[in-house]
Amino acid sequence: MTTAEFEIAVSDDARKTPVRVALVQEDARPSVQLYEDECVMTFPHLVVRELIALIAASFALVLLALAFDAPLEQVADPLRTPNPAKAPWYFLGLQELLHYYPPLVSGVIMPALVVVALVVVPYFEVNLRREPFWERDREHKLIWVGAVTVVLCGIFLFTGAHPVWPVIVPTLVLASLMVLPAIQGAEAPWLHWLGIRSLAFWGFTWFLASVCTLTLVGVFFRGPGWAFTLPWIDGVY
Amino acid sequence: MSNHLQSHAAESGAPLVSDIRPVSHVSRFVNSVVRHGFPDTTRNRSLAVFTNFFLHIHPVKVRVEAMKFTRTFYLGGLTAVMFGILTATGVLLMFYYHPSVPRAYEDMKDLEFVVSAGVFLRNLHRWGAHAMVTLAFLHMVRVFFAGAYRPPREFNWVIGVGLFLVTILLSYTGYLLPWDQLAYWAVTVGTNMARALPVGGDELSFVLLGGNQIDENTLVRFYVLHCVVLPIALAGGVAVHIWRVRKDGGLYIPPAERAQVVRAAPAQTGAHVTSETEVSA
Ligand code: HEM
Repeated sequence: MTTAEFEIAVSDDARKTPVRVALVQEDARPSVQLYEDECVMTFPHLVVRELIALIAASFALVLLALAFDAPLEQVADPLRTPNPAKAPWYFLGLQELLHYYPPLVSGVIMPALVVVALVVVPYFEVNLRREPFWERDREHKLIWVGAVTVVLCGIFLFTGAHPVWPVIVPTLVLASLMVLPAIQGAEAPWLHWLGIRSLAFWGFTWFLASVCTLTLVGVFFRGPGWAFTLPWIDGVY
Repeated sequence: MSNHLQSHAAESGAPLVSDIRPVSHVSRFVNSVVRHGFPDTTRNRSLAVFTNFFLHIHPVKVRVEAMKFTRTFYLGGLTAVMFGILTATGVLLMFYYHPSVPRAYEDMKDLEFVVSAGVFLRNLHRWGAHAMVTLAFLHMVRVFFAGAYRPPREFNWVIGVGLFLVTILLSYTGYLLPWDQLAYWAVTVGTNMARALPVGGDELSFVLLGGNQIDENTLVRFYVLHCVVLPIALAGGVAVHIWRVRKDGGLYIPPAERAQVVRAAPAQTGAHVTSETEVSA
């Protein structure tokens, strides 16, 4: 045990610092108290808030259930395929991908990659520091961002049966927002805000924007034969 | 028990049990349930939390910062609320539902035209399910943007990803149960994807469907998954998840928003460790 691994602090308030010797390794356990937080009693302060949240949510759901009826169509008929046959809304992003890629890619590989990515995200060093992306190496990073954007757009333009616009458009929008503070200077408050976001922020936002766009297109803009439709003209299928 | 406590209190002179001394059969019963007096003192308020099975997921005191509405938007809690509502309404629906063809569909019609408030019950369960998927997703998004997924909370994030997948599966298996056109074909789209798995895809789909296509066997399997297997898995997972929130040091609050513990300057190496000494890093 080397002395560099710990320090000794002395306090003369015996009630705050009971007889205790703690050896804290570098990799600090969550239970080590490093902060003096202002606290209140859980009962009633938190319990009352939770109760209010519970009542508000129940009330909102009751209103929803009174206002809208759950759909019920004809009895299931394996011989009569509706056109289009749509999965539940939270799968329509995947079903939209099915329009561009074979089922193995869109139904197995891509979702598996997403789940693996979500699981490993917190184990990556780069996400831990969360430093403002443009803080150091600005020129270098501009080139990298440009290259990654081009590669991503290339992949989604050319590898599918059709260009995957619901991913390409968010990619371009976010890449522009990302580099704007670096080339524009960050005078306006919102530019400054964008300028100090981390790489993790941009990665997750890109994922989020793509998922949401794919899902929205699948829900509102797809009709018979998975053809592009406009909901305000053809309605929602 | 009560006598023992009383004599202890008498000896120490502390007002330890004055507030749980039985005065009537009713209050004696109440005291056997809650084991503390009216929660208007700090002590009784502490007892209210840590002697309560349901509240003991919370510490006795919480940080003001952690309680701010905009910190969590209560999204995790609201997801859990939806799960509770879905369990309650789901049990009621089970009273009326048979997982067989075409009885399942007829039961839906009965809910609509025969059962009192049957439509309302179905609506609650249906919209509650959509709300739960949405809330769980939003909860994940807020945890990410708060930076709360990082160590020491990284494994709770992994548990969360699992919970989200189970939530999706719950919603998906429930989707088939009404046995109408919408249900049948929506589930067909999904199970066709399982078949695309290069290794074991056909086998997986055979196990899930109980055959080569969606029929009554599938209905029974989805019913059992939806009403038994997945809810139990989710309840267990949520319990571990919420327990971990406490064990991982409570809700994440960025260091910049917290007051640092003020420590005396570090003594030189080799200082005596006395009863008033704390060692930390
Ligand atoms: C059935 C679904 C879920 C339930 C019932 C649930 C419940 C909760 C609750 C009650 C909290 C306390 C704070 C809050 O409300 O934000 C919490 C925190 C947390 N949840 Fe979830 N959760 C669910 C899904 C997820 C998902 C999908 C993820 C991420 C992939 C996740 C990751 C976390 C993390 C990392 C925390 C700690 C947050 C912090 O320290 O600020 N949870 N969860």
